[in-house]
Amino acid sequence: MRYSRMSRVGLALVAVGLVSALVATSGYSSSSGGSTAPGVTATSITFGTHQPLTGPAAPGYSEIAPASQAYFDYVNAHGGVFGRKIHLIIKNDEYDPTLTVSVVHQLVLQDNVFGIFEGLGTPTHTKVVGFLNASKIPDMFVASGCPCWDNGTTQPYTFGWQPNYTIEGKILGQYIKQHFAGDKIGVLYQDDDFGNGGLAGIEDEVPASSIVSKQPYQSGTTSLATQITALKSSGAKILVEFTVPIYTAIARLTSYTLGWSPQLVVSNVGIDPITLAGLLKVVSKGKVSGDALIDGAITDGYLPSFSDTSNPWIKMFLKVKAKYDPSAPFDGNVEYGMANAYTLVQALEAAGKDLTRQGLVEAVDKYGDSWRGPGLVPFRYTKTEHGGYGGVQLAKVVGSSIDPFGPVLTTPPSAGSPITSYTGGQPAPPVNGIPSD
Amino acid sequence: MSPLVAAVAGARQPLERSTLLRSLGLVLLGAIILYLVSGALGDYDRLQLATGAYYFAALAGLTVLIGWSGQISLGHGALMAVGAYTVALLIGDNDWSVLPALVAAVVVSCAVAAPLGAAASRLRGPYLAGATLAVAVGLPALADRFPSAFGGSNGLTINPPTPPSWLGANFSLEHWEAWIACAGALVVLFVLYNLTHSGVGRSLRAVRDDEIAASLCGLRIGRLQTLTFVISGGCAGLAGALLALALQLAQPDAFPLELSLSLLTGVVLGGLGSLTGAIWGAAVLVLLPSWTNDIASSLSLSQNVGDNLPFAIYGVVLIAAMLVWPSGIQGGFMALRRLMSTQRRKAG
Repeated sequence: MRYSRMSRVGLALVAVGLVSALVATSGYSSSSGGSTAPGVTATSITFGTHQPLTGPAAPGYSEIAPASQAYFDYVNAHGGVFGRKIHLIIKNDEYDPTLTVSVVHQLVLQDNVFGIFEGLGTPTHTKVVGFLNASKIPDMFVASGCPCWDNGTTQPYTFGWQPNYTIEGKILGQYIKQHFAGDKIGVLYQDDDFGNGGLAGIEDEVPASSIVSKQPYQSGTTSLATQITALKSSGAKILVEFTVPIYTAIARLTSYTLGWSPQLVVSNVGIDPITLAGLLKVVSKGKVSGDALIDGAITDGYLPSFSDTSNPWIKMFLKVKAKYDPSAPFDGNVEYGMANAYTLVQALEAAGKDLTRQGLVEAVDKYGDSWRGPGLVPFRYTKTEHGGYGGVQLAKVVGSSIDPFGPVLTTPPSAGSPITSYTGGQPAPPVNGIPSD
Repeated sequence: MSPLVAAVAGARQPLERSTLLRSLGLVLLGAIILYLVSGALGDYDRLQLATGAYYFAALAGLTVLIGWSGQISLGHGALMAVGAYTVALLIGDNDWSVLPALVAAVVVSCAVAAPLGAAASRLRGPYLAGATLAVAVGLPALADRFPSAFGGSNGLTINPPTPPSWLGANFSLEHWEAWIACAGALVVLFVLYNLTHSGVGRSLRAVRDDEIAASLCGLRIGRLQTLTFVISGGCAGLAGALLALALQLAQPDAFPLELSLSLLTGVVLGGLGSLTGAIWGAAVLVLLPSWTNDIASSLSLSQNVGDNLPFAIYGVVLIAAMLVWPSGIQGGFMALRRLMSTQRRKAG
């Protein structure tokens, strides 16, 4: 009896060993020969991405990667880049950093992707930047405005894309200082580099004494009652938020039930009106219509407003969406995914026919600051600067659209540096909607 | 009788008598298998192997606690967090090397488990579950409460453990991580095998089956249960420490309540009280999520359905498994073997 118990444990060990050996041998037939780098063949390039398809950040953001995929499908249908079709493997990390580490290792080590594209989130992506740079994997155009991507010296393979949160915070802060002078300001922010980056920008512009309450929240929490109560009782008239959409919605509903309606000033990542209207309806169980609650909120944008259907870029994206991503709504998230994909195609064109990982990174370092596209301002890409768009235009939520106003503004993220107008204008999209080098 | 058979029979006798020898034999067998397997695998599968190994450490500790001592714990995810943060603080902030940091993680998590165990030995059934549940919810929240010490929701990152140079330049980081995690799992196997096959194991079973009878025999129930809780907590702490090493990260989201619940799932699904069952449970916890994801993504469904399908499949598989194998996978195998041996006897 005793002996048999031992042999049972032994047998199980042997069985597990056999199974994992089988799994391993079956999974390793896919690597291709004759290519210049893993993930590249004569006819294809494979990128991977980690996205919150479920979980707290999913509402709205889960549309981004499929929209990028739709734009790649469009490019592929027109012959791809140098004859290579672009594939995107989308993995769900649920906005959970532990899962991010796991799926990014899977993408790099098992799926042999050429690079990571548009990995979403600050708390998530910060956990894989070290791994990606140590393994020399291109980490293109992170879907987060954390100032932490902007370091070409220590992280040569990582590139930000959207304006960093400090730039956003500075420009929003300047507007508050100019138009709501003397009003008490409360700040609600996510307690990580996303919220802290935005807060740093605001604090750089508005007088310290006017910020009467700063309330952090942890991503994953289900209630903001403590924070909103504290903000309300501080007497703040302006509520600045560096929040992802679900927390913008929860914060708004909480303040609504408390009978508090401050002037909202929200980072552009947290205020897509179509996403918010849907969320407010769900969170309030249908009691309120979302549009009315966020009407008049101040935010900013660095792409043409998705509701501006006369803009040629929006027309082009709408055409792509209708054919390749028909079930999605056309909102700021879908526009984001397509515009970011457009930038990747620009980078691949610039890197040339003989594609290598090093070559792609060098192409962005060298030519990135001259690329124009759907963005309102140029990119801050040089060998040392990996920051993405360098500025934003202020905007206001009106109904279910975002209406930009005032000049397009740019500024370096460093504290105390001036905010200036950008007058370079926006070029028209290429006729077939695909960038050419 | 051929000399070979005689030699084998001769070798079996001391093996049958000495638990220590048997456990050493098992550990050696496991080490050889894991050495061969980790060599054959690709780098990503090595990480999966490491994940399986640390899950095994946690599950084995928990299965002994529940199956042998009769105490339920929903707080083992929190004890894993204790181990993970210990390692992250020692290696990340104080540059400790891996082995002492792992030992420290076990010591610290045992120390945290001790008062829990003392309280747990006074509680029964749902009250015990409730108390440990509170730990699972409360303890990881400390990281958010004291962000300067524990990094808040950003967590603490550590540099990866570098493989020793004598393994060669081509020996990958993932290979080394798999070895560390497997070594940890084998230590847990050794300790728990000896514990359950000793006087303590028999006493535990006596306590589990009838506390009054056991205390009439002179067994000190509270002390036994506290001891088991501490050992089990140490295993969970080691598991958490190995997790932190494999991911180079200790972060509160890695230790939600769901982790404690999925550990319990793994224990029950593998076969309650069985170390073999813990191996099955670990395999299920590692493989099932990736299988469900593969199934869901191969069906090319609409986004809303496809994104949530893995969770639905996971649930269905759990329900089906519990209906087919109410005593877990290992219980299912045992029943199958009994059935086969009675068939053979009938045929004979």
